[in-house]
Amino acid sequence: MPQSSSLERVLTRISARYRDEPYQLLQMLRAVQASYSHVPQSAMQFLARHLGVPLSQVQGVVEFYAFLHETPRGRYDVRFSDNITDQMLGSRGLCERLCQHLELTPGQPRADGKVTVDYTSCTGMSDQGPAALVNGLAVTRLDVGRIDEMADLIDAGIALEAWPRDWFAVRDHIRRSGPMLDLQMAPGAALEAAVARGASSTLAELARSGLRGRGGAGYLTAHKWRFCLEAPGMERFIVCNADEGEPGTFKDRVLLTRYADALFEGMALAGFVVGAREGFLYLRGEYEYLLPHLESVLERRREEGLLGGNLLGSRVGFDISIHLGAGAYICGEESALIESLEGKRGQARVRPPFPAIRGYADKPTVVNNVQTFIQAAQISAMGSAWFAEQGTEKSRGTVLLSISGDVARRGVYEYPFGVTVKEVLADCGAGAVQAIQIGGPSGHLIGAADFERRIAFEDLPTTGSLMVFDWSRDVVGVVQNFSRFFQHESCGFCTPCRVGTTVLRQLIDKVASGHASAADLDELEACGMVTRSLSHCGLGQTAPNPVLDGLKRFRPVLEAKLLGGTDGPGFDLDAELSEARKISDESLKEGQHG
Amino acid sequence: MSETKNTFTLDGQPVVFEAGQTIMNAALAAGHYIPHLCHHREFKPHGSCKVCTVRVNGWLSASCTTPASAGAKVESEAPDIQEARRRIVQMLFIEGNHFCPFCVKSGNCQLQAVAYHLGMEDTSLPHRFPSRAMDASHPDVVLDRDRCINCSLCVRASRDADGKDLFGLSGRGIDTHLVVNSSTGLLKDTNIDANDRAIQVCPTGALLVKRRGYEQPIGERRFDAQAIECEFESKY
Repeated sequence: MPQSSSLERVLTRISARYRDEPYQLLQMLRAVQASYSHVPQSAMQFLARHLGVPLSQVQGVVEFYAFLHETPRGRYDVRFSDNITDQMLGSRGLCERLCQHLELTPGQPRADGKVTVDYTSCTGMSDQGPAALVNGLAVTRLDVGRIDEMADLIDAGIALEAWPRDWFAVRDHIRRSGPMLDLQMAPGAALEAAVARGASSTLAELARSGLRGRGGAGYLTAHKWRFCLEAPGMERFIVCNADEGEPGTFKDRVLLTRYADALFEGMALAGFVVGAREGFLYLRGEYEYLLPHLESVLERRREEGLLGGNLLGSRVGFDISIHLGAGAYICGEESALIESLEGKRGQARVRPPFPAIRGYADKPTVVNNVQTFIQAAQISAMGSAWFAEQGTEKSRGTVLLSISGDVARRGVYEYPFGVTVKEVLADCGAGAVQAIQIGGPSGHLIGAADFERRIAFEDLPTTGSLMVFDWSRDVVGVVQNFSRFFQHESCGFCTPCRVGTTVLRQLIDKVASGHASAADLDELEACGMVTRSLSHCGLGQTAPNPVLDGLKRFRPVLEAKLLGGTDGPGFDLDAELSEARKISDESLKEGQHG
Repeated sequence: MSETKNTFTLDGQPVVFEAGQTIMNAALAAGHYIPHLCHHREFKPHGSCKVCTVRVNGWLSASCTTPASAGAKVESEAPDIQEARRRIVQMLFIEGNHFCPFCVKSGNCQLQAVAYHLGMEDTSLPHRFPSRAMDASHPDVVLDRDRCINCSLCVRASRDADGKDLFGLSGRGIDTHLVVNSSTGLLKDTNIDANDRAIQVCPTGALLVKRRGYEQPIGERRFDAQAIECEFESKY
C-alpha cells in the first residue's frame, strides 16, 4: 500500500493531467492501475472526494472493467488471449507452462508480488497468436521458446523495455487488397474536396455512395450523419469506435496501423459535415501499443493544419483526443461506448434516443467504426461512383475480412460484397472445413450447407471476423468458448443477459462434459430464445447465437455427447448409486468378518 | 387533442395516455397491470429486469422505458410473452438465494407475488447458490444480498427520494452486486434510517428493518389477501 501523502500527490497529478474532469475517471483509473498495479481503496476514496462523484460510482467503474483491479496484480501482469483461435494454436498449454515455471496459479499474483498470469478475452491477434498482453502491451507468436525465456526475464526482473523487440512486433498480414486498401490518398485530399463541394453536397455524395456502417449493424452512414446534423443543439461530437472487441477480428488494428491518416481525416470530415468541433477515438485497451503511433499522426496533422484550431486555414476547427478502454467488450456497443467515454460503467443506454440525437454529454453524436470513417474520407476524395462500383445492390463497396483458424494464410482480405464463403475459403487455403464462425461469436456458426451463401448485409452480414474450424475441431468446444466469452462480457444490467448467459454457459459445459440429457438441449434452446429476444442490447441479443446455431446446424454433434442418447435420462443411475453401494458392500464385508 | 390521437391498445383494450408517458405508466394509470419488478411509478425507469416486456407493433421491448405512441398495438398477455416472463423470473430465483418458506418477506414479496402471478411452479434451471456478503452492521437495517435482484430501486430511491445516495450497483455480469456508499462499504457508516424510502421500495427481502418480521400471520400478509395484479387493476 503506498504512503497516503505520496499517493495523494500522485493522484492529484493524475487528476490534473485530465483537468480534474469527472468524465475522465476511467482514464485516471487506468493511470492509477499502471502506477500501483491496482486501484487502492484509498485512491478510490480520494478520487471520489476530489472529483465530487459518489464513491459507489468510482467503485462501480473499477469493478466493471477487466483491466482495473481492487487488489494488487503482479508487477508483471501477463494475460493470455483466450479466444478459440489462440487456444487452437496452443495458448492454454503455453499459459500452463509459464505458470509452472513461475510457480503460480492463473489469476493469483505470486506471493512475492512480482507476477500475475491470467487469461483475457481475444486481444485482436488471431492472425499471429498465441498472443498475450504483458503490462498491457501485445506480445505475439508465442511458442515454447518464448515462454521459457519470458519466465527467465520475469524471474530476473528485466524491464519490459529490455525484452526482445521482436516479441512485440505486430504484422499487418494484408493478404488480399482491393480498392479500399489500395487507395493512396494524400493527407488533406478528402477534406479539401469536401470544403470545395460544401457540407451539404458532401453529405449528398455520401448518401449516393450507399455506404453502410462497417461496425456490424449496417446503418446507412449518411442517414446517421444527417440525423446528427438536424438534431437540435449547439454542440455536436464525433466518436470513432475503435473498440474492436469481437473475437477473431483484427482488421481495425491493421487500419489503425496503416490508415490512421485517412481515419482522422474521415472524422474531421464528419465534423465538417455535421458541425462538430471535437472528436474522440475510443481505442480498445488491448491496442494500447498503438497509442504512440496514433498520437504522433495526430500531432503531425495538427502541424500540417489538418487538425486543430487552424484546420484548413481556420475555416473550421476540429480536434481529436484518444480514450483508452479497459477490457470490456460491451463498450463496442455505441451507447455503452459513450458511457465509457464519460468515465462510467459501460452499460448500454435505453434507445431511442439514439446517439445521433443524444450521445456524448447528451449532445448529438456521430458514432462510426474505424473502417466507416476511412471509407467516408475515400468517398469524399474519390466520389461516390468510385465506391459504389463494387459490391451488391444493398451492400455497396468492399468488405474487409479478418481470417483466422484452420487456414494456410491468416490475415486481412478485401473482397467486393457478395463474395461467396466458398471463394473466400479457397483463397485463404482452408482445407476440410467443418464449420466457420462468421461475424465473430455474435455472428453465425455455419457448416458446408451454407458455404454458397454470399457475404453481404442482405445474406451473411459480418463485423469482419471469420474463424475457420476443420474436422479435427470439436464444435461443442467452439460453442463453449464463445458462451464463456459472452458470460464474461455481459455487463450485468438486464436479467436475460446477466443470468441467461450464465445458464447457457452452465448447460453447454454440461453437454461438453458428457453429463447432459436431451432435456438439457431443450432448456438451452428455450433459454437462448429468451436471452435473444428480451435482452437490453446487442450483446445479449446475439450472445445465444453460438448455442442456437450449434443446435440448429450441428445438432448431431451435440447429441452425440448426451448421456444416454437422445431419449435417455439426465443421470446415470448406476454411477449415482455407486458410492452408496461401495459403502454398503464394505459394511457387509465388515459384518462378515466381524 | 382528441382521444383517439392519444390512445394505444393493450391486448385489444384502448388505453389513453398523456404525452411523454411510458406504456407502463399509461397502463397502470388506466388500471391495467403489466408484471414488473424494477419499475416503480415514483422513480425514473431503469428497464433492467425485463419482466415488463411487451410486444409493441411486433417488437418486444420493456414497457417501462418505451414511450406510449398513438395507435400502437401492444400485446402483454400473449402466451409466448407470459412464458418468457416466467423464465425471467425463474432466472432471478436461481441467480440469488431465495428461500421463501422461511423468508421474513414471504407473503409481502413482489418477486414471489410476480412468480405466483405468472404461474411459475418451479425454477427448472440449475440453482447457482452464490456466496454473497451480508451487511448486518447497522443497528436498525440489514442488507441481505442473497435476496437482491439488482433492480436498483433502492439506488434510485435513496438518491432521488431520500436525498442520501447510499447505494450503487457494482461488479460486472453475473457478479453484479449492490454496494453501499460509505468509506467502509458498510451500512453502519451511513445515515440510513429505518423509515427510508430505499428500504420500503425493495421488492424482495434484500433490505429489511431489524426486529420486525413475521408480523402478520399467514393468510393476512399483503399478497395472501389479494394477488399482486389486484393492487393495480381497476377491475378488482
